[in-house]
Amino acid sequence: MQLTGAEILMECLMEQGVDTIFGYPGGTILNVYDALCSYKGRVRHILTSHEQGAAHAADGYARSTGKVGVCFATSGPGCTNLTTGIATAYMDSSPVVFITCNVSENLVGKDSFQEVDITGITMPITKCNYMVKSADDIADVVRQAFAIARGGRPGPVLIDIVKNATAQKAEYIPLTREQHGSEGRLGALIKRASHDLKAPEPNMADVKKLAEMIRKSEKPLLICGGGVVRGRADKELLAFAERIDSPVCVTVMGAGGFRGRNPLTTGMIGMHGSQASNMACDSCDLLIAIGCRFSDRVALDPASFAKQAQIVQIDIDRAEINKNVQTDHHIIGDAKQVLQLLLDELDQMDHTPWKDYVFSFKTETEYEEESDTLTPKQISDSIARLMPEDTMVATDVGQHQMWVIQHFHYDYPGQLMTSGGFGTMGFGLGAAIGAKVGNPEKTVIHITGDGSFRMNCNELATEEHYDIPVITFIFNNRTLGMVRQWQTLIYDKRYSETTLEHGPDFVKLAEAYGLRGRHVCTVEQLEDAIREALAWNHGFVIDCAIEQDEMVRPMVSGGSRITQFIID
Amino acid sequence: MDRTMRRSLSVLVDNEAGVLSQVSRLFSRKGYNIESLAVGTTDDPKISRITIEVLADDKQINLLSNQLRKLLPVHSVKLLAPEHAIRRELILIKVNVPTSEIGNRVIQIANIFRASIIDVSPTTLTLAMIGEESKASAIENLVKEFGILELVRTGMIALERGTDTIYEDTKEKGEFNYGKNVL
Repeated sequence: MQLTGAEILMECLMEQGVDTIFGYPGGTILNVYDALCSYKGRVRHILTSHEQGAAHAADGYARSTGKVGVCFATSGPGCTNLTTGIATAYMDSSPVVFITCNVSENLVGKDSFQEVDITGITMPITKCNYMVKSADDIADVVRQAFAIARGGRPGPVLIDIVKNATAQKAEYIPLTREQHGSEGRLGALIKRASHDLKAPEPNMADVKKLAEMIRKSEKPLLICGGGVVRGRADKELLAFAERIDSPVCVTVMGAGGFRGRNPLTTGMIGMHGSQASNMACDSCDLLIAIGCRFSDRVALDPASFAKQAQIVQIDIDRAEINKNVQTDHHIIGDAKQVLQLLLDELDQMDHTPWKDYVFSFKTETEYEEESDTLTPKQISDSIARLMPEDTMVATDVGQHQMWVIQHFHYDYPGQLMTSGGFGTMGFGLGAAIGAKVGNPEKTVIHITGDGSFRMNCNELATEEHYDIPVITFIFNNRTLGMVRQWQTLIYDKRYSETTLEHGPDFVKLAEAYGLRGRHVCTVEQLEDAIREALAWNHGFVIDCAIEQDEMVRPMVSGGSRITQFIID
Repeated sequence: MDRTMRRSLSVLVDNEAGVLSQVSRLFSRKGYNIESLAVGTTDDPKISRITIEVLADDKQINLLSNQLRKLLPVHSVKLLAPEHAIRRELILIKVNVPTSEIGNRVIQIANIFRASIIDVSPTTLTLAMIGEESKASAIENLVKEFGILELVRTGMIALERGTDTIYEDTKEKGEFNYGKNVL
């Protein structure tokens, strides 16, 4: 049937089962927003305050649901505002399809109003991107874009459509998702990768070799990385860890990939990793990293990292092998598939002496209790005590992020949304909104600091307008805490431009947006506020005053051996 | 082979707009300067072959190849070992020949190097020569004294010796394709 480009785009989103779009309209994308009117009831559009918020919301939606997030924006500043959100999704392998419109083809390349080369700009931060100049190509491109965003190692894809192509009519032939792989560009791509329409199998010889290495190992250690979360391989990892009786440490991106309360977990590894994790890494004889790229926050010093161990990488992305740390063996494949194949190869093992050694070190930092003011640990404990166990958590970036990853137990993939790779302050509120929209039955909280919250607090308006009940906890230390911590430890306490002892009153700010808030200074006040927020069931901001000099402990400085803690 | 040296990469890509910029940007993004670049279609007009030369050590060239293989429009990447590759480039040199005596000397040099004279004007000669760097720089040095008005190179192209081709399926190639599996 003959449809306009904008209608074809909407039909293709329906083919993909898209029911939620985050976005912001503008001049060039008007045709698409006009077509959107006819899809009321089939797709929900969330209008954010800023395109960056929309990008983070689509990302949070994707991370929490495992589906592909969708985000719309207009040309020029509309799409450049997305870029921080695209880079955030790219670094953390989150599948989001960004759809932007550009000026009409006759205006392209003439520095027209709100024109920018967004495919050029986003080339290094997308899995791939497209500039579409004809309505005939829209269906083909959208089908390929979704497959690429969710396939292999997931990631963001951007489609830029010139305005005239959204108005132009073209023939639209509906196809089901199953048919996409045998048609058009996507079909050609799959054929080229010499795959049939089924997922490829990991190499069995590689699997058997690893199984043999595991049988010979006396001191194995597993690292649960973001790949376990993206691949939803938590059950397989649990069974695998129990089968080989190995301790498991978790990266920031891996939180939720292994049950936080399981006795085999040593907690987080790396710069702010637990003593048990970092000591185990330094003394194990076999290190198996699953979906982990050994970033500089984990393998702080690649040369001394796990130097007594044979290192094995299980990853879906071949380009990650030996990128940061030289490995002894690797298996390319989906975490779920590879772990299942390994399980089939291995019998029950017992490593009690090794575990006794590892767990003789602390898996969690102990803090002195009885402080006059609230401590980060007390806030985390109160939240854990009063909130449902499966509460979803979105964080911003800084000290609060590390605290809630250290103190909370994450039990399932997608429970935590945090910008681990790109470290985007201002990610949390948008991500929390996306997570709540995608998981209306879950309680969603947003943990932030006073620095991060200032960046994108405008999305409180979105929360209010759509009545998305997210509870925001501000760890308010009136400073950029993580930067201050470095200044304290490394820069001789010269607090250059990190102190934030000037407005706003975050409770009044919440009220200005039509929400409620509370300032809290004690555990009692905090718990009252949490109860009030849960009972009220609308957006709520809890501003928790904490000490300015609270630190994230332990800490190993960048580039050092993983056991060289500069603070315990 | 662990030192920094000039390495040749052969890359098969989709013959589409933007692919060359994607490939070349990868090099600048990772901090490498492209020493030589040559692009053209293959026997399949939908596929182009890019020959790129960069200064890199073993580890660096492997990382670069891996990042290249990951790009969707890239079909395959092969690092050509110097001893197993035939490398050629075409070089055009326009030389200043104010007198016929100088002209004769330039023609003599051209003959020795099997360069052809492809253009003549009363005061210039343009030579074309196919070869590798050593031959090219040798002729360049010899005609330099007469004055080189312009010099242009196509960039190095290369093929492996013997029966090996870029189309062979290796385990590594399969591993990269795994990640490109899109269903």
